Amino acid sequence: MSVFQIFLQQLLNGLTIGSVYALIALGYTMVYGIIQLINFAHGEIFMVGGYIGLTVLVISSGLPIAASPLFLIVVLIAAALGCALLGFCIERVAYRPLRRAPKLSVLITAIGVSFFLQNAVMIGYGAQDQYVPNPLPMAAWGKGGITVTPLQLLIFAVSIALMIGLQLIVYATPLGRAMRASAQDPLAARLMGIPVDKVIAVTFAIGSALAGVGGVLFGSYYSTINFHDGYLIGLKAFTAAVLGGIGNIPGAMLGGLLLGLIEGLGAGYVSTQWKNVIAFAVLVLVLLLRPRGLLGERVAERA
Amino acid sequence: MIRKIAPFLLILLLLPLFDSNSYRVDVLCTAALYALLAIGLNLIVGFAGLLHLGYAAFFAIGAYTYALLNLRVGCPFWIGLPIAAFSAGVAGVLLGLPVIRVRGDYLAIVTLGFGEIVRVTVTNLEDWTGGPNGLLGIAHPVVGSYNFGVDSKPYYLLLVVLVSIVAWACTRMARSRIGLAWMAIREDELAAACSGIDTARFKLLALGLGGGIAGLAGCVFAAKQGTITPDSFDFILSVMVLAMVILGGLGSVGGAVLGAVVLSLAPELLRSFSTYRMLLFGIVMVLLIRYRPQGFLGASEIRRELKGGHGSA
Repeated sequence: MSVFQIFLQQLLNGLTIGSVYALIALGYTMVYGIIQLINFAHGEIFMVGGYIGLTVLVISSGLPIAASPLFLIVVLIAAALGCALLGFCIERVAYRPLRRAPKLSVLITAIGVSFFLQNAVMIGYGAQDQYVPNPLPMAAWGKGGITVTPLQLLIFAVSIALMIGLQLIVYATPLGRAMRASAQDPLAARLMGIPVDKVIAVTFAIGSALAGVGGVLFGSYYSTINFHDGYLIGLKAFTAAVLGGIGNIPGAMLGGLLLGLIEGLGAGYVSTQWKNVIAFAVLVLVLLLRPRGLLGERVAERA
Repeated sequence: MIRKIAPFLLILLLLPLFDSNSYRVDVLCTAALYALLAIGLNLIVGFAGLLHLGYAAFFAIGAYTYALLNLRVGCPFWIGLPIAAFSAGVAGVLLGLPVIRVRGDYLAIVTLGFGEIVRVTVTNLEDWTGGPNGLLGIAHPVVGSYNFGVDSKPYYLLLVVLVSIVAWACTRMARSRIGLAWMAIREDELAAACSGIDTARFKLLALGLGGGIAGLAGCVFAAKQGTITPDSFDFILSVMVLAMVILGGLGSVGGAVLGAVVLSLAPELLRSFSTYRMLLFGIVMVLLIRYRPQGFLGASEIRRELKGGHGSA
């Protein structure tokens, strides 16, 4: 393998995981944009999405319909719907009563929800790694020493389609306009007749659905899922959101892809042991040079 | 008031020393360790208003400083203690130097990154830190011919003394010019700077002192356990200590101690629910904040701000 081929392969692997980070980062950034809350439970929603996908795959494993590659779409939709419902409920039960509470206090609620979800899954499925069957068990394509699996392509395709879809929702629909208005000035939005609470709930649901899809993709890519996975991946996705400029939707996509790339190249050229350090070191550097993230706008100190 | 109840409090605090149940004493010992950490983090988050998510790193630096000094050059605990505190404090200042101009949630993520970098570095520098297996055989403290050993009681006593000293010092500091400067920075950094407060210096002071207190705690932890592994210093620890500070009430020293005691005892009290323990603990955290969003004892200075619905970070 030539130097260039290795580079391309690492690039490809990095972009694959990066697009999963981007999907999860979108949820962080949307929620942050609208209520300035770092939703620490978001990583757990991602993890639950992975488990929903696993459950559907395992239950349907004997059915003839499950043999079709298109069945994966059903799995993704199931996880997205399940997680959207979960996110909606969490917002309703845990966060909404605290709308007027200090921002930092809500952080504790998020941690509490996080503990709850982790342990609920652990009790339900056990603490050990769960094997996730590959939903696209086809041979990888190799050309010139570079291999691409169908699953990698699917991860790309799904992530990009969802990002475009989200962009359309946010910038070309009345719902999106309501979301942007609520993020900019909740009070003024309310005065204009926008049901801000409903908009916030829908934002949670959309962000959670994206995380759920991310969970299924992640689980199938690595073939395992564990109830602890939400923590580190959530942290990375949050990092990606900040890297791109938190509250900024294209920023989250860029941040996710970049973080994946940095990790992929770091793992390939330095060592896998140090890849997390490299990722965080780059984050710190970026924030020192651009304290608002790559695409972050200059906003007032106390928005 | 506090003078009247002080003797009773003292008796209550020392009562566990006569408890024959070593499990109970050990739980209290952990609570005291958390109290020390919470008081330190409260300096940074509660007083100076710097949201820090990598506090476990200072705890780790303190623990590994003592462990390495002890294992490599045979440094005794009582000399290691101030060195561990000092090196964690220096780490606090060094981290602060570049990031002091990053604000709010961005500061949170930079400190989070710092915490992860320290943990992964400790895991990977196997020649020095033993990697994931950690360091073994760290010496317990010795006073004259008495070795603290593995029993929790002497550590509990030591921690009560340390918590009292640190809490007293922090309370005094909160009322001094330094404390006023911190609160001014927390409430409105621009206004503070315009009033002639050297904001960078005071922020670094908070980070240094807070780091130093975590270093003390780390040193005691390493000496008590005799073994340390990188797992003990993960993100969850930083988050738990932060939760204690917020639950106790930002900016209140007593609150930090109370928050630490409540959150470290709660999982133990829920032990009879076995596997459902941490699940219930999550619900308890959600409910506590639901009914007491400002924490148990929020500082009176920040009450005004809390009512307005704005966060302090």
